[in-house]
This record gives sequence, C-alpha cells and structure tokens, in this order.
Amino acid sequence: MSGPRLSLTDMARRVARDIPSGAYVNLGIGMPTLVGDVVSPEKEIVYHSENGILGMGPAPAPGEGDPELINAGKQPVTLVPGGSFFHHTDSFMMMRGGHIDVTVLGAFQVSETGDLANWATDEVGYPPAVGGAMDLAVGAKRVLVLMTHTTKDGRPKILPACTFPLTAAAVVDRIYTELAVIDVTADGLVVREIVAGLERAELQERTGAQLRFADDVVELVPGAV
Amino acid sequence: MIDKRVGSLAEAVADIEDGATVLVGGFGNSGIPVELVHALLDQGTRDLVLVTNNAGSGDSDVAALLREHRVRKIICSYPRTTGSIWFEERYRAGEIELELVPQGTLSERMRAAGAGLGGFFTPAGADSLLAEGKEVRVINGRRHVFEEPLHGDVALIKARRADRWGNLVYSTAARNFGPTMATAAALTVVQVREFVGLGELDPECIVTPGIFVDRVVEVGV
Repeated sequence: MSGPRLSLTDMARRVARDIPSGAYVNLGIGMPTLVGDVVSPEKEIVYHSENGILGMGPAPAPGEGDPELINAGKQPVTLVPGGSFFHHTDSFMMMRGGHIDVTVLGAFQVSETGDLANWATDEVGYPPAVGGAMDLAVGAKRVLVLMTHTTKDGRPKILPACTFPLTAAAVVDRIYTELAVIDVTADGLVVREIVAGLERAELQERTGAQLRFADDVVELVPGAV
Repeated sequence: MIDKRVGSLAEAVADIEDGATVLVGGFGNSGIPVELVHALLDQGTRDLVLVTNNAGSGDSDVAALLREHRVRKIICSYPRTTGSIWFEERYRAGEIELELVPQGTLSERMRAAGAGLGGFFTPAGADSLLAEGKEVRVINGRRHVFEEPLHGDVALIKARRADRWGNLVYSTAARNFGPTMATAAALTVVQVREFVGLGELDPECIVTPGIFVDRVVEVGV
C-alpha cells in the first residue's frame, strides 16, 4: 500500500518505548521478536519464554550455544546472568496467573472491544495449532498487539468484531501498526498517534471499526521514532 | 535396595501395551527423549494416544511413530511446526485424531492428574472454539472453562542426571514438560545422560524427586 508508513524497525521502536525498565516481558513469535532488538540498553528487562526461561538473552554466536536452549520459536538463545529455568507448569503459571507485565503479540484481527484473533484463520483442511497464545492473552497484565494495519490485499484487520476464531475476548490494551498507535478503551478505539502525512480520514478508511481521535494526537515521523 | 536403573532402552519400554496413553516430553527439538521413543518404535506397540506439545518434525522420534502408523490420537498444543510432514500427512488423510489443547492447559491438566485433582477452571480458551462442549463458569466476573485431568499410562522423558532412586536434574530448557509428566503417569521412564551415585545430587537442587520415577536408563546424550 502506498503513502506514509512506519518501517518495521520504527514500529518495533515505538512498542519498545512503552516497555518500562524492570518489566517481565514475553514477546510473541514473528514481528514482536523485533522489539527485543531495539529496547534501550539502559532498561533492565527480563524476557520470559514459555518453554521455561526467565532472563532469555540473544542468539548465541554461530556454532556456539546449547542446542536445547531455545525460545518459543524454536530458535537458539542464551541465558543472561540471573536467569533461571523452570518447568512448563510453572512457566504457564507465570503467564496465566498475571505475573508477566507486558506481552507483545502478533494478530490476524483485533476487534474494537479488544478481542484478539491470532491463532486460526478460516483455512480449510489446515491442522489447527494454538500453542501458548490463549494462556498469554488472558494472563499478561498488558497485552500489546504489533501488526500490519491491513491484510496483504488491503482488507482491514481492526474490526467491529473478529471474523476469525477468537484467541481471547476483551484482552488487547493497545495496537501498534505502520499507520497508528490505537488504544482499546471502554469507549471504543482511540487513536493516540498517527504517522505523519496520513489524513485521519485515510486512517479511518483502512480501519473496519470506528475510530475516535485523542485531543492530543501525536505525529509519528518515519525514521525518527 | 531401591534401584530404578535398567540396563537397556528395550528393557525400559518392554511392557508398554497397545492402546497406551504415552506422555512424551519435549518442546520443539529440546528435551525430546529421542532414544526412548525409538525404542518404543522398535518394540512395536500400536494404537497409541500420544500427549506431547508438538507433533514431531522431520523423520525422527515422534514423527517416526506417526510415519509407522503407531498413533491413533495425538493430544497437543502445536502440531504444525516446520517439518511436521508426517503429522500433516496423517491428519489430511483422516488417519489420526487431533485434540488441540492450549499449551498451559495441556501442562496443567497433567499437573492436575499428578496432584490427584479432578480438574480445574481456566480462563485460557474460555471464549474460544476450544471451549465447545465444555462447562463454562463465570468466576470473579470472568469466564472460565472446565478442564479435566490428563493421566498417562506411561511418561517418556529426558533428564541430565539420575541416581538409583530416580532423583532427577535436567539440562537448561530441556526440562520443559518433564517434571509435570513424571507426576502424571502410572509408569514414568526417564532417559538420562549419566547416572550418578546416591547422595551426589545436591538435595537443594533435585528437580524431580525419585518418588515420581519408575525407571531410568543411561543413554549418554
């Protein structure tokens, strides 16, 4: 789609700004993992991985590392000093039990009431898979969604109601796309930030649900987020 | 004298019967008891119900059981991983039953089994298709779905070290489902990299106490 938009790195940087120092954070598979690469090194963040890691560090150097020390995306990772290992039941206790401060998730669709659809589409004959998505969505204190504003063929992903199967109802707090930062509030969707050069009407046009605009909407300048 | 060590992989899995529900540890390729699963393949049991997070990838271990038509049903959270070709083939052909369970629910259902509980209510999945046909109750203003305990006839897991009492320590993220599965099966069989003498494992650091373990076999990896 043409017109002003943020790069993936800008989007990840924007999410990273909202993660406070000291937070216990779980980053979902895919686009959300980029956030870990751009968080300010001055912040001390403890990354959680569903397979039993707190204090997950970056990928090891090629040829090094422990083949069984992997993240939720099955990629090799390391452990930072202070990190710990624990079994799956404890790991999901952290997730479901409200102990993870922030999670950043990808999504197929988000509704205006914060319903999340990120585990199944309407493909037929494709085996379904859910992993830890439902536990994380219901349990994390803050659920941030990082996704493209529309599908590849331009259909809106922010909708009055999700058409894909729900992961969880009324869980999303904030949506970050290449076009805007949008809060899910009791009064519906509120645009807090919009990419510079994009008309409000254009943003609304690319969004399935009704948007309201905050009194003090901030402009996001590509390359300077 | 208590001695849970057995001398061979074949002996460790010899009496697993057709139709057994087998809990298999591992997440991706981390913590899979590959040698025990291959021993089960050689032993020849059929009609198995597998409980495991993923449905195997490539041609090894869990995927090999699927390839050889040994599995009637799989209970898992994420069957669709890179290279899960045998699962997809069997699934598309309608040759295998799939029970999809959110990952935390999968683990907690086994914990409930091991803990002697009759199940639990969880918010995970309560608003999803996976709650269909299950009791849903509003607790503290939030919808929760009732999930039943998940018992195994057998658990096959991988740890790093064991002593002859079956006390276990694990290796990094390969721990994953092991400690919970060990509690949830009638027969828990563990492959370890090495045996150590009784008293050599630091009691403050033993992750799975031997009460949950029936057999240990040393495989060197």
